[in-house]
Amino acid sequence: MKGLSFNFKGYLLRHLQVMLFSLGRLWQQPLSSLMTATVIGIALALPAGLYVLLQNVNTVSDQWDDASKITVFLEQGIQTNHGEKLANDIKTWPEISDTIYQSSDQTLEEFRHLSGLNDLLDALPKNPLPAVVIVTPDENNVTSESVSGLLEKLQALASVDQVQLDMEWLQRLRSINKLLERGIGLLAALLSLSVLLVIGNTIRLAILSRQSEIRVMKLVGATDRFIRRPFLYTGFWYGILGGLFAWITLIIMMSLISDPINDLTSRYSSAFTLQWFTGFLLLVLPSIGTLLGIGGAWLAVGRHLDNIEPD
Amino acid sequence: MAFLTGHSGAGKSTLLKLIALIERSTHGQVLVNQQNLTRISKRKIPYYRRQIGLVFQDHNLLHDRTVFDNVALPLIIEGENHREVGRRVRASLDKVGLLSKERSLPIALSGGEQQRVGIARAVVSRPPILLADEPTGNLDPDLSRDIMNLFEQFNQVGVTVFIATHDLELISTLPYRQIALHQGRLAQQAAQ
Repeated sequence: MKGLSFNFKGYLLRHLQVMLFSLGRLWQQPLSSLMTATVIGIALALPAGLYVLLQNVNTVSDQWDDASKITVFLEQGIQTNHGEKLANDIKTWPEISDTIYQSSDQTLEEFRHLSGLNDLLDALPKNPLPAVVIVTPDENNVTSESVSGLLEKLQALASVDQVQLDMEWLQRLRSINKLLERGIGLLAALLSLSVLLVIGNTIRLAILSRQSEIRVMKLVGATDRFIRRPFLYTGFWYGILGGLFAWITLIIMMSLISDPINDLTSRYSSAFTLQWFTGFLLLVLPSIGTLLGIGGAWLAVGRHLDNIEPD
Repeated sequence: MAFLTGHSGAGKSTLLKLIALIERSTHGQVLVNQQNLTRISKRKIPYYRRQIGLVFQDHNLLHDRTVFDNVALPLIIEGENHREVGRRVRASLDKVGLLSKERSLPIALSGGEQQRVGIARAVVSRPPILLADEPTGNLDPDLSRDIMNLFEQFNQVGVTVFIATHDLELISTLPYRQIALHQGRLAQQAAQ
């Protein structure tokens, strides 16, 4: 047991040595190593940046969770008790799960809060907004097909001015988001492939430039695994450095666009702040980079080491 | 200890390569230390080669690493621990008289010194067999004699030494078996 743990320690130590040795190799050619890492960084930063933006759009659209609600606008000048009675009547319908009556004053208050158009609203002589009944259909009894019948039924009621289903535009936004998500996924896959090839090619060149060294090592009894190891660690370093570069690039890009975005959002609603996901990305980007780095190195090593034999 | 002689193209290098499994035989079999080399799989070749020290005419040193690192290579490949590597590399360099040059790069050494580094690397892991292909090919007679002396010393401590050479003048003064090849065949043997 003691012998085993000793061997294991030696094994780890050897790996650590090769790891640092590979890093030292990169350090000897700082400019070309930096360029490779930057290429990888940019390739990883692009989909990651789009992902962050998309996540933010998703957060915004999730905040409007009233997706399936129907807004029934009542005619102007409806009395509160009349409106409440109407709301209670609708609530008894089998296809309705809940209704909320909102007077024109409450509606104004909500609009004031969401829009931030305080000054403009104060300047109005009287409240232009109608009272509304917000109707939540019972999802078990109402399908997207039968909902139009429900809309007509609501429209036919006395003192109802207009009926609006809130779902459509949100559904459109969500399908656009889904499309974008798929697109970003594809882009990420393509760029990952290019990272794989960039690293593979870099390692291939490293192998070719060390041909004579590899021959000598094979002559003195080095196993393929021993020869492979420093190249895999080179790929590892390229990947992890590229991932960190991607992260830094992303932080810089975000800080550049954060002011205009905050400016834009503050004009709509003060509730929204841009999410960075910095911690998450700091974990994910170098991890993906590392995987791609080792993978690319593995491809190159597998293809080229076998061809180099002592002669 | 034995010498392998013959004209260029007689097959001296090929024979050494067959023994070191750098090339594989197409016919017949090669037996080394009761091992049939035709039966050694590609994966096992590295472990087999560790039993053989190789010395080349053109040294085959790594020029971006110090003398110490060059000699240490076989031990590092075997996964020897740090202290043992240091001890054995220095012992080996001491043996070839280059202990003071351990920090130098090979390029800073003379041809004879580079050859001795190559020999130090070949013997550092104490292989039972030492193969040398024209080890004195580029050296003047005095240096060549030094190198041969070195090989004799290893042989005296039990290492099998097999040297391909066409320096007949030098080996005629040495009391070892000579094997001559002619067109890939054994032409004559002379035991002295």
